Amino acid sequence: MSRKISVSATINGQENEFLCEPRQSLLEVLRDVLNLTGAKEGCNNGNCGACSVLLDGVLVNSCLVLGVEAQGRSITTVEGLAGDELHPLQRQFLENAALQCGICTPGFLVASKALLEKNPNPTEHEVRYFLAGNLCRCTGYDKIVKAVMAAAEEMRAKA
Amino acid sequence: MQAFSYVSAKSVSEASAILAQEGDNAKVLSGGTDIIVQLREGRRSAHVVVDVKAIPELNELSYDAAAGLTIGAAVPMHRIYGDAKLAALYPGLMDSATLIGGTAIQGRATLGGNVCTASPAGDALPTLIALNARCVVASANGTREIAIENFFAGPGRTVLQKGDLLVAFKLPAPQPNSGAAYLRFIPRNEMDIAVVSAGVSVQLSADKSTFIAARIALGAVAPTPLFVPEAGAALIGQPVGAVAVNAAAEIAKAAARPISDMRGSAEQRKHLSAVMTKRTLEIAIERARA
Repeated sequence: MSRKISVSATINGQENEFLCEPRQSLLEVLRDVLNLTGAKEGCNNGNCGACSVLLDGVLVNSCLVLGVEAQGRSITTVEGLAGDELHPLQRQFLENAALQCGICTPGFLVASKALLEKNPNPTEHEVRYFLAGNLCRCTGYDKIVKAVMAAAEEMRAKA
Repeated sequence: MQAFSYVSAKSVSEASAILAQEGDNAKVLSGGTDIIVQLREGRRSAHVVVDVKAIPELNELSYDAAAGLTIGAAVPMHRIYGDAKLAALYPGLMDSATLIGGTAIQGRATLGGNVCTASPAGDALPTLIALNARCVVASANGTREIAIENFFAGPGRTVLQKGDLLVAFKLPAPQPNSGAAYLRFIPRNEMDIAVVSAGVSVQLSADKSTFIAARIALGAVAPTPLFVPEAGAALIGQPVGAVAVNAAAEIAKAAARPISDMRGSAEQRKHLSAVMTKRTLEIAIERARA
């Protein structure tokens, strides 16, 4: 077993220092070391998007990032979305019943946040295309897409 | 996952020294979308993983009308298609960069990784061949350039030797009246591996009536991405139109030597080789005329 490495990273806006082995993925570090269990392990090979996080603002699958790669970087997980109130995406997912079992939801929320930061007024086609790397096996995708469109509209109205 | 040590190399010489010393026990980490899965699933092993993303030369993304485009091997897809100027200059490259994986994969996956993974179906490979890319490779002996069509040795294998590091790609500046395109055939709308793909580039005469240059490459129809120089050569001097396009498509089809597997039969792939060549040529011609 290789030596643990000390890593400093900003996680959901807070400076953080943790120890991890090089073989541990960022997802394992988030869940098992930092107890941030929002990001989920679905496929663990980059197909399902349940582990989606933002790495310096860029959407990535945290199962395909090594924890040691987080050195000096900024990471946003689903735990970082809400302030005192739920993020509009989170509220619209609830209001539009855009989840059943909920395993895919953190990934969809983080991916949708990345989308709306880049494109505040997406078409339905653009939402579906951007979220194509996030899989849901319960609802189908219509309610998720509706929730993202509704959150986008709400956020544009407030902006 | 198996245990390994991790080095974030800060220079080309540091990385290539580790690769020279460790040989196959060292694995390069760029975007990680292939290598991390392979290490996790035991399909590859490593004593040391060399992260090359902090090396300046591998992060370069620069364009010069004289020198052309330099893309560092570790530049992720989202940076390539996020650059509006490059998107306008290299639409064929954008075709590939925007359909490799989903958004989260594109946040990490790199051209260098797509090339070194060397899948016959790699979505950037026919495009890079069509665009006449050259691979800049560094080792302890210095730097050399390899034409992309000569970079592949077989499925998952390249001509890189122990101690070699792929640093960047150099693409010539687009010629006037030129266009390029990449298309893949998949049974779904998105998010799949090519059954057959084609990357092409054409250059038309000033009045846009005649082909003056063309390069055509196919994916997933041979052990490596397949450059078909005779298909491009057949277009040169011909009037732009269906007759010449169909003739080039038939030559590409004749060159294809596919296998049958879970994604498609050899017969279907043969047929698709002509169809995809024709369709990509039509898009490239449209772009050259625009």
